[in-house]
Amino acid sequence: MTISPQAFTFVRELVRAESAIVLDTGKEYLVESRLVPLARAAGHPDVDAYVADLSKRRTPAALKLVVEALTTNETSWFRDSDPFTALRQAVFPALAKTRTNRTLRIWAGACSSGQEPYSIIMTALDTPELAGWKIELVATDLSEEMLTRSRKGEYSQLEVNRGLPATTLVRHFERAGLNWRINQSIRERVDFRQLNLTRPFPPMGRFDVVFLRNVLIYFDLPTKRDVLKRVRQVMVPDGHLFLGAAEMTMGVDDAWERVPAGRSSVYRIREEQRTCVL
Amino acid sequence: MRALIVDDSRAMRRIVGRILGDAGFEVLEAGDGQEALTVLEGLDGAPDLACVDWNMPVMDGLTFITEVRKRPEWRSITLMMVTTESESDRIVRALAAGAHEYLIKPFTGEAMLEKLDLLGLLRTSTEV
Repeated sequence: MTISPQAFTFVRELVRAESAIVLDTGKEYLVESRLVPLARAAGHPDVDAYVADLSKRRTPAALKLVVEALTTNETSWFRDSDPFTALRQAVFPALAKTRTNRTLRIWAGACSSGQEPYSIIMTALDTPELAGWKIELVATDLSEEMLTRSRKGEYSQLEVNRGLPATTLVRHFERAGLNWRINQSIRERVDFRQLNLTRPFPPMGRFDVVFLRNVLIYFDLPTKRDVLKRVRQVMVPDGHLFLGAAEMTMGVDDAWERVPAGRSSVYRIREEQRTCVL
Repeated sequence: MRALIVDDSRAMRRIVGRILGDAGFEVLEAGDGQEALTVLEGLDGAPDLACVDWNMPVMDGLTFITEVRKRPEWRSITLMMVTTESESDRIVRALAAGAHEYLIKPFTGEAMLEKLDLLGLLRTSTEV
């Protein structure tokens, strides 16, 4: 069974309008596999019938569920490892030298099921230069379902196997039945909020570090440009932006420059552009 | 790069062997800790990695790890416990005995590769 072209087009347009994520032709299987559970839960025999009903009724709650189902992804702890090494060895020590108020503000802009913001907090705890510092971490995601999961901080055995060092597991997690729950002392350091990157950002203050990894790849060029421009407006002038390995600012928003940080690289607002955001 | 898989399950040795083989390792196998010690003694040079099950007949994985850690010539071996034992105190015991990492069964191939990456064994093996 495959999703009909009409149903795929409807879902693609809906997701594009609500999240700016582009589902190219060839993603029919992804759409169908993510929507089958919703179709079944709504009592429809297949995805086509579910989408036909959805397009007729256009119930906001149901449409939101579809967008959420297609915009969430599995992730691992300390994903890609190099950015977290860069954070601990280069970025955090550099910021520790220049921030006299001993406070760092960090934004994880597409936090999915929470592994990334919790990995950032655990990295900060492992950075000697930040001992005793106040770390304010705002983690946002489009999906309310993912935010609820993230706040709970509970992960399956398969999930804690993904990139989490054993020493970190026993230090920062406790068993919760068959699952593992991240310790409250870490959970309470993260402020999870709903945010759509493609819409104007709500007041959040300014950030020293922004993680916006593996989310721009889903956006078209004008949306990428717009998001990067608005990220500049919520960063301190000498802040650090982390993007995914396959993402870059070059040719998208050239107010950013790529600078090496350990084996990884970060993006910083060019000197000549910094006054523009003050 | 060489890896020794110590597990009494032939199916598990095959699964782990395939993952490690695809990652560029030459794979050796043993069905329990005692047999693994014999394999190590017969080798010309220590392997880079040993993936060790906990519960095995004759000699269990924890005893094997303790024995390996007593021998200076095997100090370079990276030891990873691969087991169904999933309680915190078990993980702490394995790490205290000298295991560098701990992977809980069941696991995906991706999870094992991520552990190898954490141990610094993935890049080297793929660069060769």
